[in-house]
Amino acid sequence: MKMEDTAKMTQQYSQSSWQNGAVRRKDGASAANTQVSWVGHRRSRVSDGLGYAGMAVVLLMIGLPVYWMTTGAFKFDSEIYQLPPTWWPQQPTLQNFADAWTSVPFGNFYINTIVTTFFGSGFEIFFGVTSAYAFVFLRFPKRDWIFLILIAALMIPNQVTVLPNYLTVARELGWSNTYQGIVLPGASVAYGTFLLRQYYMSLPREVFDAAKVDGADHLRTLWSVVIPLAKPAIISFGLLSVVSKWNDYLWPLIITNREEWYVLPIGIRWLMVQEGYISWGPVMAGTVLVVLPVLIIFLYAQKYIVEGIAAGAVKG
Amino acid sequence: MTGPAFRQARAKVSSAERKERLLFALLVGPNLFLFSIFTYWPLVYNGYLSMVRWDFLGPKVWVGFGNFRHLFTQDEFALVLWNTAVFTVSTVGLICGFGLLIALLLNRSLLWRDGVRAVVFSPVMLSGAAMGIVWLFILDPRYGLLDVLLGYVGLDSPNWLLDTRWAMAGVIIVHVWKNLGYAVVIILAGLQAIPKELYEAALVDGAGAFGRFHAVTLPGLSPIFFFLFVTTMLASFQSFDIIHVMTEGGPVNATTTLIYNLYDEAFKATRAGRAAVSAVVLFLGMFAITLIQMRFSERHVHYA
Repeated sequence: MKMEDTAKMTQQYSQSSWQNGAVRRKDGASAANTQVSWVGHRRSRVSDGLGYAGMAVVLLMIGLPVYWMTTGAFKFDSEIYQLPPTWWPQQPTLQNFADAWTSVPFGNFYINTIVTTFFGSGFEIFFGVTSAYAFVFLRFPKRDWIFLILIAALMIPNQVTVLPNYLTVARELGWSNTYQGIVLPGASVAYGTFLLRQYYMSLPREVFDAAKVDGADHLRTLWSVVIPLAKPAIISFGLLSVVSKWNDYLWPLIITNREEWYVLPIGIRWLMVQEGYISWGPVMAGTVLVVLPVLIIFLYAQKYIVEGIAAGAVKG
Repeated sequence: MTGPAFRQARAKVSSAERKERLLFALLVGPNLFLFSIFTYWPLVYNGYLSMVRWDFLGPKVWVGFGNFRHLFTQDEFALVLWNTAVFTVSTVGLICGFGLLIALLLNRSLLWRDGVRAVVFSPVMLSGAAMGIVWLFILDPRYGLLDVLLGYVGLDSPNWLLDTRWAMAGVIIVHVWKNLGYAVVIILAGLQAIPKELYEAALVDGAGAFGRFHAVTLPGLSPIFFFLFVTTMLASFQSFDIIHVMTEGGPVNATTTLIYNLYDEAFKATRAGRAAVSAVVLFLGMFAITLIQMRFSERHVHYA
C-alpha cells in the first residue's frame, strides 16, 4: 500500500485506542443504547457474569507469576519451601534484597544498565528524530531509495549479525567489557525512523510553510516546530526504545564476560547461578530489582507505550 | 544552453539545494554508517563465514557449501529445525488464538477492564531473562506454585525442564505468557478501527452474535491479524533469553532452536562456520516471511 495511506491508518489507529476508548463509549454509545453494546451483545446479567469470570481467569493466568515473584522476594527461604505455600509473606523480610545485593555486584549491574540504556536509547531517539526529518523535509538525490536501504535493516535482526559483530567489536576493536561495545552496534535505528517519518508526513503542511516564511532554517524548524508537534510519537517510540534496551540480552551476554560489566538481565541470571538454583528468595528479590524500574515507567506511561505498539501494527 | 549559462543554471539549483543536501548527509549519514558496519556488512561477512571451517583461532579453511551439506544430513540439525518449527508454530498459534479471545473479552464494557488490560500487557515490558527465572521458580517440580495448583486438582507436575518430553512445552508456555499482551493490544486496536456502522447494519439485517462476528469482526480484523501473525512469528524465531535462562537448549538439545544453536556453535563449541549456517537459515526464514507479508498485504488483505 502507499505510504500516504499508511500514514492515515497510523493516525487512525493511534487515535482509536486503549484507555480513551472507554471514555468515548461512556459519553457516546452507552447513553444512546444501554440495551445493546457496540458489538451488539444483548446486555444481560448472564453475559456480564461470564465476562467478569473470564476477566478473573485472565487476571490470574497473567498476573499470578508476577505476584508470586513479588511475594517470594519478601519471604524467608524456609517459608518458600514450605508446603502448602503461603499466599502472603508471614514474616515479611528485606533480607533477600540485601543478600542479592551482596552476593553479586548489583550496584554495577544497575549503573551499567542505566548508562547503556541512556546512551543506547539516546542514540536511537536522536537518529530517529533527525533522520526522519531529513527523509521528509530535505531534498537529496535518490532520497526514497536511501530510505528503502535504511528500512531494509529491519529485515536483518541482531541475532543474524551477532557472530560477525562479535568479531568486529571484541576482536578488531577490543571493546569487550566496555560501554561503547555494548551500545554502538545497536545505536542506529530503522524502525523509529520509519515510525516518525510516517508521523511527520501526517502533520499539517501549513505549519512548515509558515515557519519557512518566518525565515526559520531547517534545524530551527525541526527543533521548534516538528519536535513539539510530534511529541506523542517521539515519546511512544522513546519509551519502547528504553524498555527494549533495558531488557536487551543476547548482545550484552556475548560482549561482556566480567561480572562488573554485566547489565541487569545478564546479572540476574548470574545471581541465579551463584545461588545454585536453590535459594529462590534472593533470586526473586533480584528479579524484582530488575523489573521494578520498567514497571514504574509502564504504570506512568502506559498509554504512550501501548499507542506506540499499536501504531506499528499498520506499517504494512 | 551553452557554457557559462548552463553552469550558472546548475550553480543556481545547487546553491538552493546544496545546504539541504549537506544537512541531509549530516543527519542520515551517521545512522546509515552504523548500519553499514553493524548490520549490512555483518550479513555479508556471515555469508562468507558459513563457507569456511574455523575455530576462532587457526586459519579459516574454505569448504564452500560443506557446512550446509554436513548440517543438513545431521540428525542433530534436523532436530534443531524441528524444534524451531514446533516452537514457532505453537507459540504463534497460541498467542494469536488466546490473544483474540482475550481481546474480544476486554473489548466489552466491563468494570475494571482497563486494569485487566494493563496486567495482561505488563509481561511484554518485562525482561525475558527475569521472567524466565520467575517461571523456573514456578515450574519447580517439588516446591513450585504450578505443582501445588496441579495438586489441588489431583495432578502431578512433570519435571518440566529436565524432561525431554516436557521442556519444550515449558519454554512455549513462558514465551506465550510473556507475549500474549502484545497480541491483545494489536487486536484491540484492530477491533476499535472497525466502523460501528457495520455492526449496526448487520444488526438491521438480523445477524446474530455469531453472524456479526463472522461477517464484520473477522474480515475487519484480517489486515491486523496478518500483521500480528508475521510479527509474532518473527519474535518467536528470535526468542533467546527465555530459553537461555531456563534450559540452555537442553535437556539433550530438546529446546535448541536455530537461534540457540547459533549461540551454542559460535560461543560454546567455537565452530564459526556452523554457527554462520544457522544464522543464514534464520535470516532466510525471516526474509521469506517478510516477503510473503509484503506481497500478501498488498493484494489479499483488505483494509476495512
